[in-house]
Amino acid sequence: MENRFVLKDSPRFKIFFIMFLAVLVFGGFLVGNANGTMKLGVGQILKVLFHDDGSPERMVIWNIRLPRMILSALVGVNLATAGAILQGVMKNPLADPSIIGISSGAGLFAIFILVVLPQYQSLVPIAAFVGAMLASIIIYILAWKGGIQPTRVILAGVAVSSLFSAGISGTLVFYSSRVQGALTFMNGSLSARSWPEVMTILPYTIIGIILVNVFSNKLNILVLGDDVARGLGLNVELTRLGFTALAALLAASAVSVVGLLGFVGLIVPHSIRLIIGNDYKYMFPAVALLGAALVMFSDTFARTILSPTEIPVGIVMALLGAPFFLYLLRK
Amino acid sequence: MRDNVLLKVENLTVDYKEHRIIENVNVDIEKGRIYSIIGPNGCGKTTFLRAISRNIKPKEGRVLLDNVSIFSLKTKKVARKMAVLFQTNDAMSDVTVRNLVEYGRFAHKKWWKGTNEEDNRIVDWAIKKTGLSDLVQRRINTLSGGERQRAWIAMSIAQKPEILLLDEPTTYLDISHQLEIMELIESLNREEGITIVMVLHDLNHAARYSDDIMVFKEGKLHSKGNPWEVLRESVLEDVFHVKTHIMNDGETNRPVFYAKKVVDINQ
Repeated sequence: MENRFVLKDSPRFKIFFIMFLAVLVFGGFLVGNANGTMKLGVGQILKVLFHDDGSPERMVIWNIRLPRMILSALVGVNLATAGAILQGVMKNPLADPSIIGISSGAGLFAIFILVVLPQYQSLVPIAAFVGAMLASIIIYILAWKGGIQPTRVILAGVAVSSLFSAGISGTLVFYSSRVQGALTFMNGSLSARSWPEVMTILPYTIIGIILVNVFSNKLNILVLGDDVARGLGLNVELTRLGFTALAALLAASAVSVVGLLGFVGLIVPHSIRLIIGNDYKYMFPAVALLGAALVMFSDTFARTILSPTEIPVGIVMALLGAPFFLYLLRK
Repeated sequence: MRDNVLLKVENLTVDYKEHRIIENVNVDIEKGRIYSIIGPNGCGKTTFLRAISRNIKPKEGRVLLDNVSIFSLKTKKVARKMAVLFQTNDAMSDVTVRNLVEYGRFAHKKWWKGTNEEDNRIVDWAIKKTGLSDLVQRRINTLSGGERQRAWIAMSIAQKPEILLLDEPTTYLDISHQLEIMELIESLNREEGITIVMVLHDLNHAARYSDDIMVFKEGKLHSKGNPWEVLRESVLEDVFHVKTHIMNDGETNRPVFYAKKVVDINQ
């Protein structure tokens, strides 16, 4: 009988680890702001950050790097949190907004607006949410057989994903004259994003973070199984619907500003589970911080490695994500 | 007598797709007693348990908990009076025993409040009652079958229910762990006054530990009564199609039986 002390069960270790992640996010923030065509020191960054001296350094930091770093962090928070939620409500460790088609649902609706009805560009986040929610509902309907079946979720998700991706390709073919922006959208890119995009996604991130942390206990109970959860007094249907809507909202708001950025919702929650366990009370803050750090570092890498050429952050994410995921599986 | 009825099942009929699983069952569950449900595979006993714990909507009939239909009550309200433990608790969760038992307090908490003094006291009591004091920090996926079952029972009784429903609580356990669980359930009833309704496979356990036994056959309540009324050779032959020999256990004055041979129902 295994009776040894397990480090990841200690609340003190979990809190320490979350604090470590917060430091990592701050580190990512500094590294990202420091690097680029114009190299800056930490002292310079902090100086121009807090006061506007009209210098070119201030321009670069304030108008280009700072919003982009904040946006990377918010996108990371949203996608990682959405993945963590979906793995719980769909009882499938492979549930990730991009794998099961929620991102493609959001993407199709967003692209449709961008390409076909560009005059309604302000509706992109709402359209993306409708698409993400529609994808989730279709997955549930397809995967439901007297309860959520984990393997059916993935099969249904893959089908839904292909369907919506076909929709995206179709839209791009029919409107091929207007697709300049669409290619980076398909891979997920933070290129040329600034304050307006930050403001688009920020409210959803704040709402999402507050709600998941307040209701984390409900998700802990839901993963015990529907019968057990109902027996304990949880309104199973409402909880599942609410969390799914929240995941769709988080994923959709991220997709509407950076396009289809995969892997974040898969890698981040899994790494966190391996390190501090499955208690959502600790997982949500940890997942949000690691998601933020991961996208910040990846984007910094994406825009500096082949400088002055930028590669879409989605490509970096896939290059990092796929091997890392295989490593996790084999461990 | 009427006031003693905790759970009243009236004309309960449950369908699954085109099949009738439960047909017109009427039962009164009285406070403070132990009930066992027995019957052959596929007789609807688990479905019955799922229906009276609102996990399946019945086609017809009512289930009244303290005279109120459980389908009109909020899930949380039901959970404060009724705890349910199904067989499929094999979720290999890495939750610790202590945390699992704390989940039992969910129905008693407001969502914005953490664990209070009373919750802690009840959780401590549930852990002690089930003999898990040395295992509180262990993850449930590292426990043995018997320990894990006790952890789930601890979670259920942390709900402070008036009635506890159990679906085959001793399945997959060896004989000593089976007895350990049965004795725990008996003491929950005798010492804490919790009404017990459980589906059992082992007829001798049912005879030994219950005040009343309900026998299900093909979705219908075949018979109900104390162990001596129900465990009769004619009933067992009719329901299970086995010839049996029934004796008196001198120590408990309860019936014990052994199966002799299968009756060929075609003859």
